[in-house]
Amino acid sequence: MSKHTLSVLVEDQPGVLTRIAGLFSRRGFNIESLAVGPTEHEGISRMTIVVNVEQSPLEQVTKQLNKLVEVIKIVELDPTASVHRELVMVKVAATTETRGQVLDTVQLFRAKVVDVAPDAVTVQITGNAGKIADFLRIVEPFGIRELVQSGMVAIGRGSRSISERSLRPVSVPAPTAASAVGS
Amino acid sequence: MSEITGAQSLVRSLEAAGADDIFGIPGGAILPAYDPLMDSSIRHILVRHEQGAGHAAQGYAAATGRVGVCMATSGPGATNLVTPIADAYMDSVPMVAVTGQVGASMIGTDAFQEADIRGITMPITKHNFLVTDPADIPRTVAEAFYIASTGRPGPVLVDVAKSALQSMTTFSWPTELSLPGYRPVTKPHSKQIREAARLILEARKPVLYVGGGTIRSGASRELKVLAELTGMPVVTTLMALGAFPDSHPQHLGMPGMHGTVAAVAALQKSDLIISLGARFDDRVTGNLDSFAPNAQVIHADIDPAEIGKNRHADVPIVGDCREVISDLVVALQAEQDAGHTGDYEQWVSWLAGLKKRYPLGYEPPAEGLAPQYVIERLSKIAGPEAIYTSGVGQHQMWAAHFVDYENPRTWINSGGLGTMGFSVPAAMGAKVGCPDTTVWSIDGDGCFQMTNQELATCAIENIPIKVAVINNESLGMVRQWQTLFYNERYSNTNLQRHGGPVRIPDFVKLADAYGCVGLACDSADDVDATIEKAMEIDDVPVVVDFRVHRDAMVWPMVAAGTSNDEIKYARDLAPEWEEDEL
Repeated sequence: MSKHTLSVLVEDQPGVLTRIAGLFSRRGFNIESLAVGPTEHEGISRMTIVVNVEQSPLEQVTKQLNKLVEVIKIVELDPTASVHRELVMVKVAATTETRGQVLDTVQLFRAKVVDVAPDAVTVQITGNAGKIADFLRIVEPFGIRELVQSGMVAIGRGSRSISERSLRPVSVPAPTAASAVGS
Repeated sequence: MSEITGAQSLVRSLEAAGADDIFGIPGGAILPAYDPLMDSSIRHILVRHEQGAGHAAQGYAAATGRVGVCMATSGPGATNLVTPIADAYMDSVPMVAVTGQVGASMIGTDAFQEADIRGITMPITKHNFLVTDPADIPRTVAEAFYIASTGRPGPVLVDVAKSALQSMTTFSWPTELSLPGYRPVTKPHSKQIREAARLILEARKPVLYVGGGTIRSGASRELKVLAELTGMPVVTTLMALGAFPDSHPQHLGMPGMHGTVAAVAALQKSDLIISLGARFDDRVTGNLDSFAPNAQVIHADIDPAEIGKNRHADVPIVGDCREVISDLVVALQAEQDAGHTGDYEQWVSWLAGLKKRYPLGYEPPAEGLAPQYVIERLSKIAGPEAIYTSGVGQHQMWAAHFVDYENPRTWINSGGLGTMGFSVPAAMGAKVGCPDTTVWSIDGDGCFQMTNQELATCAIENIPIKVAVINNESLGMVRQWQTLFYNERYSNTNLQRHGGPVRIPDFVKLADAYGCVGLACDSADDVDATIEKAMEIDDVPVVVDFRVHRDAMVWPMVAAGTSNDEIKYARDLAPEWEEDEL
């Protein structure tokens, strides 16, 4: 099994997330991470989906995804030619004795303190999965009170856009009573 | 532009999309749509159960090639459509289901007769819609018909909130649709066609594995040309019966769990399988690992997701079956003109030998009526121009074996989902679509009791179908498995009271109660006369209760999960088809 990151352009319609998540579970795939948000084009959302599967079942699920009417395009991102980021916010226990050490770690990882309380600091860190895991390993001994993590978002390197070619408008003639006659 | 209600807009949209006939039942949420329907050119057929409406729409679509339409109210009306929708999805039937939904402001409140039918049907529809704004009705209906009927056909559900039906709106039928995520490929790639032609010429043991896609795409004529041009043997799946004439010498019959020995052997021993609109279903392949171990595969399908799903494809071809076959004919004709032809002589004669040695047959029982005989005679008397529908089980397999199909769209059954109760409502739909054609529903007594309420619809709406109930007083196929695999322990498969002299129900009386003609037949001597009598009645539906002996079994058979090499021609009787005979 190996990790694959899919970027999926979809029409921003109600229910499209259910449709996609349902397809994964129905076909026996576990979604490891999922992030959805708007794109540079109005009405088009982009999902970044991380799955842990073999290559051949991945091909099947990609083909099944492509059959969904609201799915416009699917690209598998090559990990070496793309940038991957997640965001974590974590409440780390910090007493007057330990706060200095916690803040040192924050500095080392170029993370950011977004809230302070007498006995804890809330740290925001972005990065790829490895950096985040390393950070959490270091602050874990101080005591993690609460943790929240976004899905992974990813984008290909270079100047090209995955939405360039796929969003050209295509129209087809609407059905009419005459076209309904069977062959 | 003058204002009309959303309900009027819905009915005008259905008219504009070309719906001539709709099967349905009104109820609270869809009620506004039924008012303008009264003034419409559309014929609405009031069924007795929404499942009947759905299967009727399927039968209509399968017989005519047009989109079948069914309609139901919210909640239970909509959930009763779930089985036909799932069935249409599995068998790629173009169908539009229109359901009412509770008013937009009530959605999500557990309102009376509320069910999230859009959520429920997501995994079993090609696409579905929830409409809450009446302005969206025409475009949504247009998209639904377009999606249902193009590419790989399938069911599309349009759920319309009651508030949208009741609000005022304007109507304008779109001239163009914009569906950026839906672009089915119909034209095959020429490079793949050339590669396929090369493999076909090189092969020594090729077989045309013909699936339901050839029927849906209307490719029968092209298929015959391809088969005759090359001389390749042909097998047709359960979904494709009629796509290639049964009488044709190159036709080896149906492959699969209950396939003919010759058809199963043709796939199993092949060195090149040319799959045309088929999907390597488990009922065809048996154990996948040992299926056709020496065959390369050319797999043509309009749905790219089918290619390579179960069996690796050496040459994948995405495209409409008719276009694929036409292009193959052109490519192979050019090769033939240049003096290149395949050499299949040995293979063809070996298969012809198997076909001769192991024909479909049955042992006439010592006493009682053989179900196979009934179906054989029905085929001879009603002929190949009639349409035959079936339910699921033994009678379905016998109808596949013993009716001679010569034309596409004359065999309508539930293949993928295996829905008992499909036959009667599907026959009703087929008869509405093809009123001048004789339509025989071949049904089992188990299946018949699931949906026979539609006989009332048929009698009242003047839809004179004919039903042949193959009555073995049991759930026959399950009983057959119990005979073979459960030491003849017949758990819950007997549909009559043990030793009771009274039939419950009496199908002749039932037919009579429904305003149909009921006939019964329990001896071989009376079969022809009974069928002829049924054929003469053309103004009301006819039900014939064929009381057959209950121990008849469907042969050949490949037991579930085993290899096709393990096929049995009859109980404990394996055909001899060793490789060295070739």
